[in-house]
Amino acid sequence: MDVPAPTPIGEPLVMIRGVSKVYTRGRERLEVLHGVDLDIPAGDFLALMGPSGSGKSTLLNMIAGLDVPSAGTLHVAGQRIDRLSETALARWRAANVGFVFQFYNLLPALSAQRNVELPLLLTRLSAARRRRNAAIALRLVGLADRAGHKPAELSGGQQQRVAIARAIVSDPTLLVCDEPTGDLDRHSAEEVLALLQRLNREHGKTMIMVTHDPKAAEFAKRVLHLDKGVLVEASEAPASGP
Amino acid sequence: MKYLPLVLAGLLRKKPRTLLTLLSVAAAFALFGMLDAVRVAFTAPETATGIDRLIVSSRLSLTQTLPSSYLARIASVPGVAGVAHADWFGGIYQDPKNFFPNIAVSDNYLTLHPEYELPPAQQQAFLKTRTGAIVGAALAERFGWRLGDKIPLQGALYPNKDGTDRWLLDLVGIYRVGDAQLRGLERQLLFRYAYFDEGRTLGEGTVGWFTVRVADPRQADRVAQAIDRQFANSAFETTARSERDFQRSFAQQIGDIGLIVTAIMAAVFFTLLLLTGNTMAQAIRERIPELAVLKTIGFSNRAVLLLVMAESVTLLVLGGLAGLVMARLALPVISEATSGQLDVVMATRSWLLGGVLMVAIGLIVGLPPALKAMRLRIVDALAGR
Repeated sequence: MDVPAPTPIGEPLVMIRGVSKVYTRGRERLEVLHGVDLDIPAGDFLALMGPSGSGKSTLLNMIAGLDVPSAGTLHVAGQRIDRLSETALARWRAANVGFVFQFYNLLPALSAQRNVELPLLLTRLSAARRRRNAAIALRLVGLADRAGHKPAELSGGQQQRVAIARAIVSDPTLLVCDEPTGDLDRHSAEEVLALLQRLNREHGKTMIMVTHDPKAAEFAKRVLHLDKGVLVEASEAPASGP
Repeated sequence: MKYLPLVLAGLLRKKPRTLLTLLSVAAAFALFGMLDAVRVAFTAPETATGIDRLIVSSRLSLTQTLPSSYLARIASVPGVAGVAHADWFGGIYQDPKNFFPNIAVSDNYLTLHPEYELPPAQQQAFLKTRTGAIVGAALAERFGWRLGDKIPLQGALYPNKDGTDRWLLDLVGIYRVGDAQLRGLERQLLFRYAYFDEGRTLGEGTVGWFTVRVADPRQADRVAQAIDRQFANSAFETTARSERDFQRSFAQQIGDIGLIVTAIMAAVFFTLLLLTGNTMAQAIRERIPELAVLKTIGFSNRAVLLLVMAESVTLLVLGGLAGLVMARLALPVISEATSGQLDVVMATRSWLLGGVLMVAIGLIVGLPPALKAMRLRIVDALAGR
């Protein structure tokens, strides 16, 4: 099967070569990814699409350092991450990756401000600096006036924007989003996608987004399709986006 | 400190559950504080030095009496400023449920016990009336007694020479006790030893114990040893000690208080261990996705382990401190209710031991869920597997 060649936009930030992933459940051996090659340049906004079980979340998890490949190599920002220990990988994630999940995954007992500050607890920043950076991130996602609210006091769209603020607060190299609009209504979803697009265009954030939704994919610069563990198709999104 | 909001957030996630767990922990530690104070009171070694009153009783047992003739020999020991004696009568008023201490005392008993505040006229009446008895204000109030009342006691231990077990006393005085710590003494009845000794058919010429006033409290230990030496190798050997030590021995008659208290505390803490262990395990189970998020954003396995352990220890420390403060506030009330006979206070040792127990239990109950949190695989946890 032909693997579509990625379209380079700049220097590759993510370089994936021959990556496979095999899960073993008892005697059953399940190969989820088959020798994937992929380059993602800095500043890209890539949408990964495909049916359930196609391996798109597995690929995203490996790029984000949450999982390791069974074979192949994975470089991010010049560093080979597929051989890092669990502790080193945790440190690497803290410094390089911001995460946005489908169900927001905010800590319910913490205010929006405290949720956004979470990644900064792993840095040496002072409390005042942490507060200031979190406030800036919240302002960037348009929720400065909701800083003191608990997640339960926010709408789904607002919660996801808090999650985005948490993802960008430590200025990561890479932003990975797993179905970021999967739990939102159309209006909130468009707000969140527009925000991601703005972060990509205006702030140069490199983004990889897994989505089922073709409309969500339209906000990306590139769309890649996975099927049964192989990249099958690449397409350019409209130059200007929705 | 920067992780404190995170620890508190974990605890406050389910407020009612945390509150109930805190109450359980507080109740357990309140019990610990009170029982440990009792244990310390009954087991801590004590010297007589600095105490101006000693109790001399039989070395064999508190139930063994001493010859009343010992009084003169004790009085002759250098350093002794006065001697009185008393005998536990153990009489019953109307019904065995109406228990109160009733003691036959020598005529000079009140001289050696100035804490009993009795008007001079009533003191005189007590000394002049062969069947005279004085009671504390609390006891008088309990039974509605007034001066001049006749109080019939049934001699459970001592039958009367008149062939009955009935001892009829005349109430000639009602005393008060000013010191709040000793207020329980107001629940006693004292009557004259002379009437008791003349009337009884058993153990005439013996007394339960002697109260000795020491001229110089700094010499109390030396005086106590001199008294005991006086009667060494006799048929009735003595043991002279502080009143507190004597009261302690009195209570020890029901069993090894230290062992009983330790056994109760062990049972309480074992229950607490199961209860909080289960609560922590449940709390962490519910928060697997949140912990996975923390690991996702870069918290190491060790950081997650420490976070859960810190949460568990914080829960125990908060509840435990509240419990110890409750015990500290309750102890004076208990002390007052027992007339100072159970004069228990929270020692520094109890606070320290309590603190060690809080941290230890926190670590024990926190470890299994912390290990589970540490070992969770992010991808599986986020996928709800």
